[in-house]
Amino acid sequence: MSSPDTLTNSKTAQGPLVEARGLSHVRDGRTVMAIGDWQLQPGAHALLLGPSGSGKTTFINIVTGLLTPSHGAISVAGEVMSALPPASRDALRRRTIGLVFQTLRLIPALSVTDNLALAQQLALGHVDRAAIAGMIDRVGLAHRAAARPRQLSQGEGQRAAIARALITRSRLVVADEPTSALDDANAARMIDLMFDVADATGATLLVATHDGRIAHRFANRLNLMAPVAA
Amino acid sequence: MIGLSLAYLKDRGLNTALNILLLALSVASLVILLLFSSQLENRFDKDAQGIDMVVGAKGSPLQLILSSVYHVDIPTGNVPLDTVPLLRRQLGVAEAIPLALGDSFRSFRIVGTEPAYPALLGASLADGRMFSAKMEAVIGADVAARTGATLGQRFVGGHGMSSGDEGPKHEETPFIVVGRLKPTGTVIDRLILTRVESVWGVHGIEDPGEDHHDGESAEDHEAHAGAAEVTAVLVRFGSPIAAVRLPGFINRQTNLQAAVPAVEVSRLLALVGVGLDAVRAFAVLLMLTAGLSIFVALLTALKEREGDMAMLRVIGASRAAIIGQVASEGLILASAGATLGLLLGHGVIGMAAASIEQLRALGLNAFAFHPGEALIVAAALGIGLIAALIPALRVLKNDIAETLANAR
Repeated sequence: MSSPDTLTNSKTAQGPLVEARGLSHVRDGRTVMAIGDWQLQPGAHALLLGPSGSGKTTFINIVTGLLTPSHGAISVAGEVMSALPPASRDALRRRTIGLVFQTLRLIPALSVTDNLALAQQLALGHVDRAAIAGMIDRVGLAHRAAARPRQLSQGEGQRAAIARALITRSRLVVADEPTSALDDANAARMIDLMFDVADATGATLLVATHDGRIAHRFANRLNLMAPVAA
Repeated sequence: MIGLSLAYLKDRGLNTALNILLLALSVASLVILLLFSSQLENRFDKDAQGIDMVVGAKGSPLQLILSSVYHVDIPTGNVPLDTVPLLRRQLGVAEAIPLALGDSFRSFRIVGTEPAYPALLGASLADGRMFSAKMEAVIGADVAARTGATLGQRFVGGHGMSSGDEGPKHEETPFIVVGRLKPTGTVIDRLILTRVESVWGVHGIEDPGEDHHDGESAEDHEAHAGAAEVTAVLVRFGSPIAAVRLPGFINRQTNLQAAVPAVEVSRLLALVGVGLDAVRAFAVLLMLTAGLSIFVALLTALKEREGDMAMLRVIGASRAAIIGQVASEGLILASAGATLGLLLGHGVIGMAAASIEQLRALGLNAFAFHPGEALIVAAALGIGLIAALIPALRVLKNDIAETLANAR
């Protein structure tokens, strides 16, 4: 049994992939994010919508276990993030979540191919070169596979970062402003790609954005309000 | 993760190369000092094996030892031939071997002595036979290799200890090579050995044990033979009492000088050692500087890569993997520096031995390894590891979310 604001581990249950209970976060005496109760079912494509400073990134950090919420709890794949020791949290993130950040965070010393290979090695314990080549081709970077991140345009870098998140075949793909640097055509292409791969692998998508160009593609939306006083 | 470390090092190639070079120079300096000092000491020990005391003319005892045992200095003078039987009669003296110096052939010293001398240094014949008659010579392994002299070949000595092909020669009294010694790794490899009487003969001094020549008066023979001297006498003791009693007795009671190789060599090494210690301290300082340079380089690189490290953690790298990755960068740098340093150190020793005559004479060997080199390599790796671990642990303390947020 769980109280309204608590969650218990239930790995075997066929429940939501992500479940928040009474979730909010306070920083420097200010509530920077307040969601309350929320669920994301497996295979769903959800949009996290809100103006700048509404706590989208804070929520993503909490979902991915990088930040412990001030109030409430969140479970991913049946495990309560904040209840896990750091090593288990790292392992859950590695097994379950693929991340695309607003800043690309590609490793500058590695080529696009090697960035994907490193992510695959860390998440899956092996490297599938054919799958990597296929993914790079799907994001339209086949001609830039050997390029270093600094040699890529912002848009190319964004596509490479998305390819890295998708190559690990994670159950949950979390993207923070993935299309902010892309033109209309590439933004649409990226969202198509994310939907395709998510559908093909059964992955769940959680995309945080204030990009109105892609908002209409999502039926499942979570609106975050502007910050409120604690 | 090793691949990632190599990629990071390659990415800042110039910085990596400079750090490797700095560490290599410090390792090379320490290796050169270690090889030089250990091979020098080893050579001193080997050359003086079995020689407990040297008796010669008054003067500097160190000069007497250097000229008679190591053949690198000019002698202090000559002593009467009677000194040899006098020493042999002393209680506790097992062996007294005369040396007569003064000439050379292509910079290799010609030493008048007895067959007991090569035996004392453990030399044996590679081919031919030991010298027995006057003007017969046995050559050391280096002499044979460098001059190309073969058995039966005649050669003429030049006056002086290090004459080359220039200078006055004793054309009328050629030597004949009758034997060649096997390499010993001692000074004897670089000597030409003959009877003491040969050296006298070259300088017109008659053997006092020989009958006088036809037409020569008994007085003339006495006069010529009276000049028969030796340069020094190498003494091996048969009892420890002689070691205590004889050197002091000779120095106090006679016009001769007795010097003990062990004492003089330790005095010389103590003098040289001050210089070596100063250079060694400098090399250690250089190694610490290299370590500090690696530390600064990795600290700066990791500061710039805090976002990368956080991202690696986000995509699944464990803390141990992050530490391992950074540590491997330090270790790769240190390994490359140590390997290059070893090659450089041995290369310099080899080049020095090949191009500087005095160092070649000391028998410096670039292909000899000293166990201390393992310690130098271990110190270099340790410095590389510590220089990497400190910034790695610092980065791990960072909050991942905060790092990623700050890097936006």
